[in-house]
Amino acid sequence: MNWPLVPQQLITGILNGGVIGLIALGIVLIYKSSEVFNFAHGHMVMWGAFLTWWFAGAAETGSELLNLPLWAAVMGALAVSVLLGLLIERMALRPMTGQPLLSIILMTLGLAQLLEGLASIAFGVEPKSNFPAPFSPGDVLVIPFPGAFGDAIRLKYTLVVAFGVALLGALLLIWFFNRTRTGLAMRATSENHEVAQSVGINVSRVFALSWALAGMVATLGGVLMAILTGVSLNLATVVLVAFPAILLGGLESLGGAVLGGVLVGLSQALVQAARPIEVRNSAEIAPYILLLIVLIIRPEGLFGQKRIERV
Amino acid sequence: MAIIRPAGDFDRTYPQDMALLRQPWHYGLLALALVAAYTMPLWGNAYLVSTAHRIAYTVIAVQGLNLLTGYTGQISLGQAAFMMVGGYISALLVKHAGLSFFLALPLAAVGTGIVGLLFGLPSLRVKGFYLAMATLAAQFIIPWLSRHIFTDYLGGSSGAIEVPVPQIGGFRITEVNHFLYISLTVLLITTVAVYNISRTRLGRALVSIRDNDLAAELLGVNLFTYKLRAFFIAAMLAGVAGALKAHSQRGVGTEFGYSLTDSIFFLGMLVIGGLGTNLGPFLGVAFVLLLEDLADLVGAGLAAQLPPEFAASLLTSFRPIFFGLMLMLFLIYEPRGLAHRWQILKAAWRLRPFSK
Repeated sequence: MNWPLVPQQLITGILNGGVIGLIALGIVLIYKSSEVFNFAHGHMVMWGAFLTWWFAGAAETGSELLNLPLWAAVMGALAVSVLLGLLIERMALRPMTGQPLLSIILMTLGLAQLLEGLASIAFGVEPKSNFPAPFSPGDVLVIPFPGAFGDAIRLKYTLVVAFGVALLGALLLIWFFNRTRTGLAMRATSENHEVAQSVGINVSRVFALSWALAGMVATLGGVLMAILTGVSLNLATVVLVAFPAILLGGLESLGGAVLGGVLVGLSQALVQAARPIEVRNSAEIAPYILLLIVLIIRPEGLFGQKRIERV
Repeated sequence: MAIIRPAGDFDRTYPQDMALLRQPWHYGLLALALVAAYTMPLWGNAYLVSTAHRIAYTVIAVQGLNLLTGYTGQISLGQAAFMMVGGYISALLVKHAGLSFFLALPLAAVGTGIVGLLFGLPSLRVKGFYLAMATLAAQFIIPWLSRHIFTDYLGGSSGAIEVPVPQIGGFRITEVNHFLYISLTVLLITTVAVYNISRTRLGRALVSIRDNDLAAELLGVNLFTYKLRAFFIAAMLAGVAGALKAHSQRGVGTEFGYSLTDSIFFLGMLVIGGLGTNLGPFLGVAFVLLLEDLADLVGAGLAAQLPPEFAASLLTSFRPIFFGLMLMLFLIYEPRGLAHRWQILKAAWRLRPFSK
């Protein structure tokens, strides 16, 4: 290990992980209400980022008319992504109710391909570097830390703010699921559709609502990712690390998803502090190695429930 | 799969019951199809031959996936990565160990099977979505390894190595025409193998695991070994397909695809063709690959009409759109795939004029 780099990477990893955790929450959200593993979530994240970029006035798409400030662009993207979420639920997932797991997973995979193709038609295939950034790259928070590289930890404002927003979003969601009627209705629906219906929960409305909500969470995550890394079609693959995150945390647990995200972020950042170049380059697969280890040692994740199955 | 037969068509002897081809005209049809396929280089054009070759090796990979996902019910998102392993093993054996391609091919199959076993190990404890994640990990880890370890042998960051063409004696198989003979022959062997696996003890055990794993265990099916066998055979067939692909493209590595998208396409082909049927891989692969070519044609045609800045995105976007839409439509309207449609068609033909 390259010890002087460790403190810096530790903090960066946690901050990055918060954003991954928020994206993972979108997947857990869908799972908790409808037991669907949404492999298209990465593409919804990408769409959120692209929509924001488009609303913010991108020269290439010829939408200088809109040229909105970032917050307004995010609002616009959120509105569109709610519609997108509702549309996906109505057109793709509603007909799949009661189908086996494999079919539903394949449906979301097909959806992911469709969203990818549509995004490349709508926004073009080139990566966009002109995402509206709230801070310039030079805005750095310097925390003195003796022993670290350069005796200080440097944090980009962007990263700190992204983490803050992600954490706020995560807390809001956790509160929503534990304290509001609608959130509790979603959890009940996830347990058993028929029982939920018999106590007066409108199950189809719960599904629609959870997809709309997932669309919003995805867009928020997409904006945060875009601020950190820029927008490209590749974003959908990058945020697939949210899947290891939810497995680490356990599928049922919202807090676990956030913690899983942080662990994923840490694993990606800490390998970069290692000395051998092979290990340093392994940031993109570190979460998946972690995933394999967890699957073998503790398949239900850190906070998941162990389910007993009957024949 | 319940076989619907016309009234009065019974099996009277065990050989009749076990026959793959029951009617004399089945043999005739098979012979005709084989002759048509093998003489394709003589009468077909270059596009037809190369497409037939592409279909042949893709069918082999999808047959493997069918055993694992269709029969055993274990979702795998890593079939493309296993194909790459097969390609690499075969290429390195021919290139550095000086083996003949025809010896390297089975070795690549076994080697890939062992790699498949490694990633099948979590299947003992997890299933469904969790297993999909384990294979997803394979799909990310294997291509990464190919780019970062043993860079002298595996091509390093360029993501590709050259692969020598196979030789028989002094004859170098360089043309796709000749490659078609190899891939067709291999396809024939794997088809017979898969067909027989699916209707014997192994295949029935796999189906019982898919339908209810706890019940299967109570009936004496050892879940762990049978699941691992399914993983081994699936990876083996992927390895064979990968070796065929690598040698005909004369290169292997991340440059040549083998991505997560490919793995998803294999799954999609399987569903479109028909999960858990032996006809499914053939129908699905042919359908999707031909559809892709159509998508390219449509995309190119549209791109020619539009300003160049849109052309590039149109060309790349039609493939996923066509595929995604088709997969979703099949899942909603015909989840049992084209193979089921074919059965319905056959039954309707027999029951004519009383089919509904």
